[in-house]
Amino acid sequence: MSKAIDLNAAPVLSVENLALRFKGAPANIIDGISFAVRPGETLCIVGESGCGKSVTALSLMGLLPRSVAQVMSGTAMFGDHDLLELSQRAMADLRGNTISMIFQEPMTSLNPSYRIGDQIAEVVLRHKSVTRAEARQRALQMLDRVKIPAASSRLDDYPHELSGGMRQRVMIAMALANDPAVLIADEPTTALDVTIQAQIIDLIEELQKETGTALVMITHDLGVVAEIADRVCVMYAGHMVEDGPVEAIFDDPQHPYTIGLMSSVPSVGPRSGRLAAIGGMVPAIDNMPSGCRFTPRCPFAQTNCAVSQPPLDELGPSHRAACHYAPLETVFPEAVFQEAGS
Amino acid sequence: MLSYIARRLVIAIPTLILVSIFVFVLQKLLPGDPALVLAGEERDPEMLAFIREKYRLNDPIIMQYFYWMKAMLQGDLGISLRTRQPVLDLIGDKLPVTVQLAVMAMIIAFAIGIPAGILSAVKKGTAVDYIANFVALSGLSIPNFWLGIMLIMLVSVHLGWLPASGYVSPFEDPVKSFQTMIMPAFVLGTALAATLMRHTRSAMLGVLKADYVRTARAKGLLEHTVILKHAFRNALLPIVTLSALLFGELLAGAVLTEQIFTIPGFGKLIVDAVFTRDYAVVQGVVMCTAAGFILMNLVADVLYFLLNPRMRSSL
Ligand SMILES: Nc1ncnc2c1ncn2[C@@H]1O[C@H](COP(=O)(O)OP(=O)(O)OP(=O)(O)O)[C@@H](O)[C@H]1O
Ligand code: SF4
Ligand SMILES: [Mg+2]
Repeated sequence: MSKAIDLNAAPVLSVENLALRFKGAPANIIDGISFAVRPGETLCIVGESGCGKSVTALSLMGLLPRSVAQVMSGTAMFGDHDLLELSQRAMADLRGNTISMIFQEPMTSLNPSYRIGDQIAEVVLRHKSVTRAEARQRALQMLDRVKIPAASSRLDDYPHELSGGMRQRVMIAMALANDPAVLIADEPTTALDVTIQAQIIDLIEELQKETGTALVMITHDLGVVAEIADRVCVMYAGHMVEDGPVEAIFDDPQHPYTIGLMSSVPSVGPRSGRLAAIGGMVPAIDNMPSGCRFTPRCPFAQTNCAVSQPPLDELGPSHRAACHYAPLETVFPEAVFQEAGS
Repeated sequence: MLSYIARRLVIAIPTLILVSIFVFVLQKLLPGDPALVLAGEERDPEMLAFIREKYRLNDPIIMQYFYWMKAMLQGDLGISLRTRQPVLDLIGDKLPVTVQLAVMAMIIAFAIGIPAGILSAVKKGTAVDYIANFVALSGLSIPNFWLGIMLIMLVSVHLGWLPASGYVSPFEDPVKSFQTMIMPAFVLGTALAATLMRHTRSAMLGVLKADYVRTARAKGLLEHTVILKHAFRNALLPIVTLSALLFGELLAGAVLTEQIFTIPGFGKLIVDAVFTRDYAVVQGVVMCTAAGFILMNLVADVLYFLLNPRMRSSL
């Protein structure tokens, strides 16, 4: 939380009002997604399972075929390029080079038929004009940096010879091999043992500090958010409901959904708790309210909520929430406010 | 690796013994007395007795089996009852023909089936996919003999481009040999290509969904690298296994196709032998085919082994 980030620096990645729709779906799977990350900054995207975090990340990487997930609106500026407009070929030139991603599934994300050293070297050879020997040298160096013990003897291992944690380290090595400007990490620790989770998060944080890459961390884990986030973006059912500096989100949440999340975390210590169980269910995509998607579960919902979409309003310094009645204290008596989480 | 092969070979022995018993018993159950065949038209009782004695046809069946096995282990597959040639020589004559045909058919099957399978998986749900599947289905449902006859009528009779039948050894005249074999190889190859295409397609559809293929794309690799290096490499396992088995089947002789193109291969040998009750030849050919099939199974296993790092390091 106390990193030296130049708040005046231009964002490396700036997403504006992104909306996607799966072919044939009655509503947008994600809508109104807007966020920006600066060099060295960590943005955490949080939200329940199925709220569209992976879809958002994959669409930015160009890994969701446009024929399947149509872009309904929005821009994603990365330098001078709009990632949503780039050709397949131009996008491939950026992927793994200046914008990288690591995935939720370390066990299956490496190719079982090739040695890990070759798999890391491959991404270097693809984007840099280096010899095979230099790429291999780089692979070794990266294995070292992700703290794989006896890296030089591991270079020729196949993925099945490594544990899940080690495989995720290899994925990280691969993603950072070309010093990308942006790293998107999609729940990189969900599939791992609890003890390993902490190590991987610490490793990512450490490497980010060294390289100054911007980090978009997708997570369920509010403990991780508290530990590494500079800014937080809260998603609910494909909508962005709140975003702001991590302190504001934890200490002064404004959206009823965020308030519900936070009230379930007993104390904001490192890695305590997961997302709260808020009563009710996320509506199915063909049953979405046209207004605020949280309406069916919101203790503060009023009649207009279901039909009119609340805009993301600025409530504090770079702190926004999408609720007609935020800040709630001005609208509702304190007694009700206390019950928000239950 | 060697110990693995050795283990597999040892496992193959009981299989071969079973096949041999089966072949032997079946032979004995078939109607027809080999002594009568050998004795020819006259059926002189003395001659018959002599023959029965000579070929030990009067001994208990179990003993006959052991004599047969013993001889076979010494490389003596017996003598053709009809032509009086050693069966081993007959097989030695025909086997290269069948192997040549099988190899050519396999090359055609690979050249058509694998690219078509990859393409239809990558273009799943598009016109390319439907056309490839339609052609494959046609390939599977058109009988080989019909396609063979049509080819002979069109290419040989009508256009006069290729000889309709006959066989020339590639060592005598490679060009002529190729010309006589290409049509039957095409007939066999296209049928296998259809099978191969469908298996390639389904294997590719499986691996294209894999997380490591997404990783390959996330690395910015170009689509052909993603598909051929990262996806196809992992789809190879089932394809290779299937190919070895298909090749084993081809070695068993393509009876109908060899008949139509009058190719003197295994298929023709066994048909002639069955029709003339040439027991020794039938037994020899069946044993040889079984051994070939088991060998191809072994090859399939070994290839599977070599292609799969997980198996390799478990040794
Ligand atoms: N290719 C697809 N076609 C149709 N629907 C899809 C597709 N991919 C994902 N979805 C749907 O989109 C929704 C959002 O999925 P997504 O994977 O983004 O959730 P998530 O927030 O990453 O959840 P988790 O925390 O479980 O990873 C889900 O309801 C999912 O079923
Ligand atoms: S807009 Fe209405 S339903 Fe949505 S969060 Fe605010 S109060 Fe609740
Ligand atoms: Mg996800």
